[in-house]
Amino acid sequence: MTKPIVEYKDVHKSFGDVEVLKGIDLDIFPAEKIAVIGPSGSGKTTIIRMLMTLEEPTDGDIIVDGKNLWKMDKHGKMVEADEKHLREIRGDIGMVFQHFNLFPHMTILENCMTAPIHVKGEKKKEVKKRSIDMLERVGLGDKINNYPSQLSGGQKQRVAMARALVMRPKIMLFDEVTSALDPELVGEVLEVIRDIAKNDDMAMVLVTHEMDFALDVADKVLFLDDGVIAEQGSASDVIEHSENPRVQEFLSRFRS
Amino acid sequence: MNYWSFERFFEAWPYILKGLHITVGVTISAFLFALFFGLVWTFLRRIPERHINWIVTWVMEFIRSTPPLVQLFFIYYAWPEIPIVGVTLSPFASAVVGFGIHFSTYIGEIYRSGIESVENGQWEAATALNFSLLDKWRLIILPQAFPPTIPMLGNYFIIMFKEVPLASTIGLTGILHMANSFGSEHFNLIEALTIVGIIFLVLSYPSARLIKKLEVKLNTRFDKNRVIEPIE
Repeated sequence: MTKPIVEYKDVHKSFGDVEVLKGIDLDIFPAEKIAVIGPSGSGKTTIIRMLMTLEEPTDGDIIVDGKNLWKMDKHGKMVEADEKHLREIRGDIGMVFQHFNLFPHMTILENCMTAPIHVKGEKKKEVKKRSIDMLERVGLGDKINNYPSQLSGGQKQRVAMARALVMRPKIMLFDEVTSALDPELVGEVLEVIRDIAKNDDMAMVLVTHEMDFALDVADKVLFLDDGVIAEQGSASDVIEHSENPRVQEFLSRFRS
Repeated sequence: MNYWSFERFFEAWPYILKGLHITVGVTISAFLFALFFGLVWTFLRRIPERHINWIVTWVMEFIRSTPPLVQLFFIYYAWPEIPIVGVTLSPFASAVVGFGIHFSTYIGEIYRSGIESVENGQWEAATALNFSLLDKWRLIILPQAFPPTIPMLGNYFIIMFKEVPLASTIGLTGILHMANSFGSEHFNLIEALTIVGIIFLVLSYPSARLIKKLEVKLNTRFDKNRVIEPIE
């Protein structure tokens, strides 16, 4: 049996007095596609933000490829991880944000090229070729010299995906990537994710409100409710056949 | 019109203009000094230590709340009297240091508002792409924080330019000083001081227009509505 690439072990997270996550245990296997669904405020986004090192867990461990993400060994004692330790592990993880967060002062191509060159120290020529290939793959080969402000929301989000992909992460995180888009632009973004999910062998975790889409691409669906994983299983088990009343109530809001 | 003589008026011009390079020189040097020191304040204030933060904030507040004239007097007259650290500076150097430090506190605030105008999402995206802290500042944050501050910096440049004549009180031989000595030689100050006024108008007004233009241009180049509001 293959080893999980990410393990959450009894992970808790509080913001002030509010405990958002109340003990998360989760294994993510290489190439696995996981969809995280659940009511807003249930802590879905926090789960992936902790893996991206944007939030620090209050308690528990996150193990990435056998290494503890938030703790490190110092003279035989486990202490809080420093930035150097985080940077070593973080390179395996990529993220696409709800609000794109493209760099507005760079062209689309520069947005894709800057990290591989400055973070990984790769050769400019090779990075440029790979970036252009990636932008063509997301359907923006004719926009490489445009600035983000000249693109639609859907196009921006596709650039954000290309930017994350050129870094060749082992795990890609998608944080409600279609929530900020106009309805008519959602399809083009989902299409790109579907293409990545079917053809690339990295693990993916998608926080999403698109149930049909989750059903289509996800190997596993997690239903998060009130800070715990209330239900998990194959997409059809959770979305179509769940007996859990909370799941049914939640899903009923998506069926008209 | 016995008070006004065109003869004197035209005679005064070359005399007064001899001080122009001093006035402009102090302005530019002091501004460069302030641009650099402003950056020092900005980073000092970002040190996540409560006591240091408190001290830096109050030192800045103190410098900003005392009149530049008093600071000039202190640097020029009082500083040399202090044992060990006391240094006697020329009027030019005193003016550069005095105006430079005074305005650096304002410029530090401008930098800060520029940095804070960069959305948090930019920091997060930079983290997600695993940039080092130095590269985050160098490649992502500062290139976005700086352009919107240019109009405000320009305004302070003009304000500082208009403050520089204060330094004639410590003997800086700028245009005001030249006008004064021309006036006392000829027992009439009207023409000489009028000329000083004209010089300031001729230099300040086009600069202000230029800054306004730059502001419009920058706002169109950066799609966001990130105009830095004046502080105070």
